[in-house]
Amino acid sequence: MTKVTMTINGKEVSGDVEGRTLLSSFLREDLRMTGTHIGCDTSQCGACTVHVNGKAVKSCTMFAAEAEGAQVSTIEGQANADGSLNVIQQAFQDHHGLQCGFCTPGMVMTTAALLKINPKPSEQEVREHLEGNICRCTGYHNIVKAILAASGQDVSTIAAE
Amino acid sequence: MYAFDIERPATVADAVAALANEDAQALGGGQTLIPTLKARLASPEKLISLTGIAEMQGISSQDGTLRIGGGTNHATVASETGAIYPALAELASHIGDPAVRNRGTIGGSIANNDPAACYPAAALASGATITTNNRDIAADDYFQGMFTTALDEGEIVTAVTFPIPEKAHYEKFVQPASRFALVGVYVAKFADGVRVAVTGASNEGVHRWTEAEDALSANFSADALADLTVSADDLISDLHGSAEYRAHLVKVMTGRAVSKAK
Ligand SMILES: Cc1cc2nc3c(=O)[nH]c(=O)nc-3n(C[C@H](O)[C@H](O)[C@H](O)COP(=O)(O)OP(=O)(O)OC[C@H]3O[C@@H](n4cnc5c(N)ncnc54)[C@H](O)[C@@H]3O)c2cc1C
Ligand code: FES
Ligand code: FES
Repeated sequence: MTKVTMTINGKEVSGDVEGRTLLSSFLREDLRMTGTHIGCDTSQCGACTVHVNGKAVKSCTMFAAEAEGAQVSTIEGQANADGSLNVIQQAFQDHHGLQCGFCTPGMVMTTAALLKINPKPSEQEVREHLEGNICRCTGYHNIVKAILAASGQDVSTIAAE
Repeated sequence: MYAFDIERPATVADAVAALANEDAQALGGGQTLIPTLKARLASPEKLISLTGIAEMQGISSQDGTLRIGGGTNHATVASETGAIYPALAELASHIGDPAVRNRGTIGGSIANNDPAACYPAAALASGATITTNNRDIAADDYFQGMFTTALDEGEIVTAVTFPIPEKAHYEKFVQPASRFALVGVYVAKFADGVRVAVTGASNEGVHRWTEAEDALSANFSADALADLTVSADDLISDLHGSAEYRAHLVKVMTGRAVSKAK
C-alpha cells in the first residue's frame, strides 16, 4: 500500500492505495463518494468522468497513485456554495437532459470541461465533444439542448427531432 | 487486475533503470494498458509511470521538423501543433474522445502499434524518426507488424520527430464502437515525392502503399489512383468489415486524403 494525497473538490484527502487501485475505486469505495458512476469499467462510457488538474479524464482508466498531488473535481463539488444546482445541472433539469440519470455525472463533468475551453460551442461541437459519453436513455437530443442552454445560447429554435 | 506496484520516476534515466527489472512495464497514459490489465492480459509486477518525466513532455519545431515528447498527450498535440503541422493536429483531435486524448500519449500509441491506431500512420507517412532512450529509429524500420516494433525490452520512446510535408491529410473511416480506424490513410506530399501510409487494414499492421505513392508523386490528384487496385489478400476480415470492404476503403480513403491535403 502507498499513501496518496490529493485535493478533491477543494479539500485535501489522503488514503492508502494499492498500485492497481483505480481513481474511480478510490473515490467510490474508499471515500464513499459514489456520485462518480461506473457504467462500463472498460473506458467506453464516460459515466466515471472527473477532472484531474482541470482536464476531463475517465477515472476508471487512471490509477489513484497517479493523482498524487493533483486537483480533482467530481460531481459532488459541482453544486453552488448554497447547495443549489449550478448552471449546467439546472439546464439538464430544465431541458430534460436525463432520464435514469446514470450517465449524468459524467455528462455534467464533460460539459463543464467543454464550456471551460469553448464557452459558446456550436451544436456540432457539443455532439463531437460527447463522443466518449454514452447515454442509454435520452437519445442525446435533450442533453445537447441542455448544454447549449447552459452556455447561455437560445435553444428555442432547436427542433426536437 | 493482478496486483502490482507503481513507481513514478522523474527522469528518463531513472525510468530506464527501473525498467531493467524484467517484470516491470512502462505506463504511459494507460488508455490501452489499463484495459489490458483489467482483462488480465498482462501481469507486470511493477508499472513505471512515464507521465511525471518533464523531459518527455512538450512540442518544439526547428528546420522544417516538429518534435513531440513521448509523454505528450493527444489533446496537447491537437491544440499546439495546428499552426505548424495541421494534418497532425487534426489527426490527434480525432483520436478516441476528449477524455482519452487528455491521458493517452504519442509514445504509448507508437510503442503499442495497434494495427488500427492513428499515430503510426502519421509517423510512417511523414517519415518520422522515433527517438528512444538510446537511439534514433527511422519509421520505415520501426513498425514491424501488428503490435510489433523495433523497441527492445525496457526501451522507452522519448520523442517522435516529424519532417513537415508541403501538404498532408489523414482520412479515417471510424469504427464507431472503438473509435479507432476501420481504415485510415495518411498522405504526405514532400518536395521529393509522396508517402502514403495505411492503418486499420492489414494483418501486417501499418504499411505504405507504394503503388499509390508512385502514382501520386507523378500527379498529386485523386484521379491518379483510378487505375490502381488494392488486393484483399492479407487484409483484416472481422465482424466490422470484410477484407474486400477494407481493400475498397483503402482506395477511397486515399483519394479523399489527397483531395483534402493542405
Ligand atoms: C475509448 C478509446 C478510444 C480510442 N481511440 C483511438 C483512436 O481513435 N485512435 C488511436 O490511435 N488510438 C485510440 N485509442 C488508444 C489511445 O490512443 C491510447 O492512448 C494509445 O494507444 C496508448 O497510449 P497510452 O499513452 O495510453 O499508453 P499505455 O496504455 O500506457 O501503454 C500502451 C503500451 O505502450 C507501452 N508504452 C507506453 N508509453 C511508452 C513509451 N513512451 N515508450 C515505450 N513504451 C511505452 C506500455 O508499456 C504499453 O505496452 C483509444 C483508446 C480508448 C480507451
Ligand atoms: S466507467 Fe469509466 S468509461 Fe465507463
Ligand atoms: S439518462 Fe439514463 S443513461 Fe443517460
